[in-house]
Amino acid sequence: MTIEIEQHSVQLSSIAVSDTHGEDSPYFAGWKAYDEDPYNESNNPSGVIQMGLAENQVSFDLLEKYVEQHSEASDWGKKNGISTFRENALFQDYHGLETFRKAMASFMEKIRGGRAKFDPARVVLTAGATAANELLTFILANPGDALLIPTPYYPGFDRDLRWRTGVKIVPVHCDSTTDFRITPQALEEAYNKAQAQNIKVRGVLMTNPSNPLGAAIEQSVLEEILDFVTRKNIHLISDEIYSGSVFSSNEFVSVAEILHARNYKDAERVHIVYSLSKDLGLPGFRVGTIYSYNDKVVTTARRMSSFSLVSSQTQHLLASMLSDTKFTENYIKTNRERLRKRNDFIIEGLRKCGIECLKGNAGLFCWMNLSPFLDAPTREGELSIWNSFLHEVKLNISPGSSCHCSEPGWFRVCFANMSQQTLEVALKRIHDFMEKRRMQRCPLSSN
Amino acid sequence: MGLSSNNRNLLSKMATNDGHGENSPYFDGWKAYDSNPFHPTNNPHGVIQMGLAENQLCFDLIEEWLKGHPEASICTSEGVDEFKETALFQDYHGLAAFRNAVAKFMGRVRGNKVTFDPDNIVMSGGATGAAETISFCLADPGDAFLVPSPYYPGFDRDFCWRTGVQLVPVVRESSNNFTLTITALEAAYKKAQYAGLKVKGVLINNPSNPLGTTLNRETLRSIVRFINEKSIHLVSDEIYAATVFSQPDFVSISEILEEEVDCNKNLVHILYSLSKDMGLPGFRVGIIYSYNKEVVSCARKMSSFGLVSTQTQHLIASMLSDNDFVERYIAESAKRLALRHTTITRGLAQFGIGSLKSNAGLFFWMDLRKLMKEPTFEEEMKLWRVIINEVKLNVSPGSSFHCSEPGWFRVCFANMDNETVEVALRRIRTFVLQSKEAETPVKTHRWRNNLRLSFSSLRCEESMMTPRVLTPHSPIPHSPLVRAV
Repeated sequence: MTIEIEQHSVQLSSIAVSDTHGEDSPYFAGWKAYDEDPYNESNNPSGVIQMGLAENQVSFDLLEKYVEQHSEASDWGKKNGISTFRENALFQDYHGLETFRKAMASFMEKIRGGRAKFDPARVVLTAGATAANELLTFILANPGDALLIPTPYYPGFDRDLRWRTGVKIVPVHCDSTTDFRITPQALEEAYNKAQAQNIKVRGVLMTNPSNPLGAAIEQSVLEEILDFVTRKNIHLISDEIYSGSVFSSNEFVSVAEILHARNYKDAERVHIVYSLSKDLGLPGFRVGTIYSYNDKVVTTARRMSSFSLVSSQTQHLLASMLSDTKFTENYIKTNRERLRKRNDFIIEGLRKCGIECLKGNAGLFCWMNLSPFLDAPTREGELSIWNSFLHEVKLNISPGSSCHCSEPGWFRVCFANMSQQTLEVALKRIHDFMEKRRMQRCPLSSN
Repeated sequence: MGLSSNNRNLLSKMATNDGHGENSPYFDGWKAYDSNPFHPTNNPHGVIQMGLAENQLCFDLIEEWLKGHPEASICTSEGVDEFKETALFQDYHGLAAFRNAVAKFMGRVRGNKVTFDPDNIVMSGGATGAAETISFCLADPGDAFLVPSPYYPGFDRDFCWRTGVQLVPVVRESSNNFTLTITALEAAYKKAQYAGLKVKGVLINNPSNPLGTTLNRETLRSIVRFINEKSIHLVSDEIYAATVFSQPDFVSISEILEEEVDCNKNLVHILYSLSKDMGLPGFRVGIIYSYNKEVVSCARKMSSFGLVSTQTQHLIASMLSDNDFVERYIAESAKRLALRHTTITRGLAQFGIGSLKSNAGLFFWMDLRKLMKEPTFEEEMKLWRVIINEVKLNVSPGSSFHCSEPGWFRVCFANMDNETVEVALRRIRTFVLQSKEAETPVKTHRWRNNLRLSFSSLRCEESMMTPRVLTPHSPIPHSPLVRAV
């Protein structure tokens, strides 16, 4: 006879039961649709094409070639009689491998065309930018405090910056009337709104180049933002994870360059986040970094990185790869060029469908404007057309509302996570859908 | 510059408090080692590092395996076909092959007496990340976990720093060989309640760091009954599971769960890692295994903050699915640890230095109470400084493990070669013989004459207690919590 033992569910933490992890947003529902019916050129040509994933697959051949030709990157020989494998496997120092930190600093300099210098001693390593952003938030803000973030922004920030930290996000609204530029007025408005609610603002977090806009922030805007944070005596986090994905080197200005020009006055309030997940297309390797001009932040971030260190095996491989100047220069140049070509192709393709995008110059996606085609200029209208895209066109794209965009109708469309052929299929589907739609709405129109 | 003068106000409370744990005097042994590290030929009089719980005894086995399995690396010509797919994979479920291999390995380490479901395996940034994540999942700021002392100092940082959770020690005493008693558990629980703390669970480390002992079946059963009665969680950190080298056999909490039908399985969670059993701390392979689906789900989402590099997942999946290798490794590792343990503890016993009888771990718990003038922590610190500065061994004082009684030290033995062990034993012998000569247990006056650093003990306290300023410009490669230790 089995005795029924009443299983009391013992409460988990408040963090555990909250939904701040963000996985219930439409952003993820599109993924589900893709997972259940993924497109495959040969096996499932009518499946859902994933255009909601900002992955960089255009330059893998360069990485594979490097790895094949440089066995020393992963060989385990002996150095001074000691096995390098043993030394590497034991290395858990949160400073990270010196060779890797140096290689990272040098890579970041190359991406900025040598216009900024990075000191390896200020490079803190974390398991991905996800960890880096959360870590910085723990360091710069107390629970209940806020960070100002220009909209639209990467949906993952809702989880990364708020979930376990208890910190709030106050959006800085940007709209299409200014091409989504971040204005001093918008910053002031957001700051004042927070003040009115007795919320302490600790800093501004900007992504440059922007996700989801796919555009680098202009120098004048960067100057204004830096002036704003200095006036308010708060921090500035510049997430430059897409810095290597700018189509043309001279169109990206890093906050590091502005600080250099200002002789590093007040630099201690600035912190840069970077990662190899987008530029090098290695999200699985979990390589993120915090570069801070603030000594105390560097020290504390390093200590906190204990919870999310980069595998020493991976550091070893990448130290080798990123210190190879010939490889990195060629990679950066080629990657840029290929992304630019993809971007041009999709922009042109969409234009032919009567769809315009925000003028972009970076990233793995474009910011598409479907507002002229909404049944109603509302979030519902946006989600309605998004559903059509998901279930009729069979494309998973990201609705602006999931990025907290204040204007309905904008969508982020990724183009670097697929082959050229798949991109062509996607464009054809969009073209057919728009045609059908035009026929349905204006059956007598001749265009 | 404006900001630095009021850094205190501009960074969070968390950033400016001591929760990182690096301000303990525990660190001064490391300073001594770092500035004067032993090397058999280059620096034979340097400080020998015996404060680092690393497993260096079986690298030859792993290296041999790697040579024979180039496909385990995604960078070799045999493995590069999987480079792209591996590099792109960032799903927080982890590679299926990885989860399967880890689940199998965990079962093997427990003598195949239990099986683990790969679906309940969650990755984390090393055991350090696993401990913090489980704390975030189970407890709110201000809540508490009971943890038997002495315990691993890193728990204070891992469970408490960013979570706001507290640890309440459950005292274990030498009078009964540091056995965990339910009386002590009840006492700690009551104490926490009187202090207005909400106890969310019990944290055990089995095998124990620093004791090197394992919990027996009866104790584990009592703990399970205790947590069920109180409806609180049980977190079992089993990071040293495969370092059990002699009887009694290791009994994992997972075995108890299979036997105890009355236990609410939703209350039990296991922390694991490959850092100690396989000696791969740099690879950051931490694991949370929970019997509670909600906890698995929550921890998995949180694992985004500390996923294992897929390059490493790929390698580990390959290595740990090689059954022959795993069997050989586990057996050989235990053998070598047993031999090392015997060599060093017998060597010490010959000089009259005792230690707690142990059957696991990469260290043993040394008893130096006889060498202390008085049974106080001040004396323990004095003795410790003598051991570092005169005997030139970095061992860890019991106080840093929250031990309630002074005079105990943790001594690591698996992070060095045989020759270094001999040197260490020789030095201890010399020290003990010199102590005996002087007739009094600790001749502080004589040591004072010999100390190169001469100072009054009060001044010494101050200088040793000064928080070390770790600036980015003075990297300290081997310091304690610089590694997750």
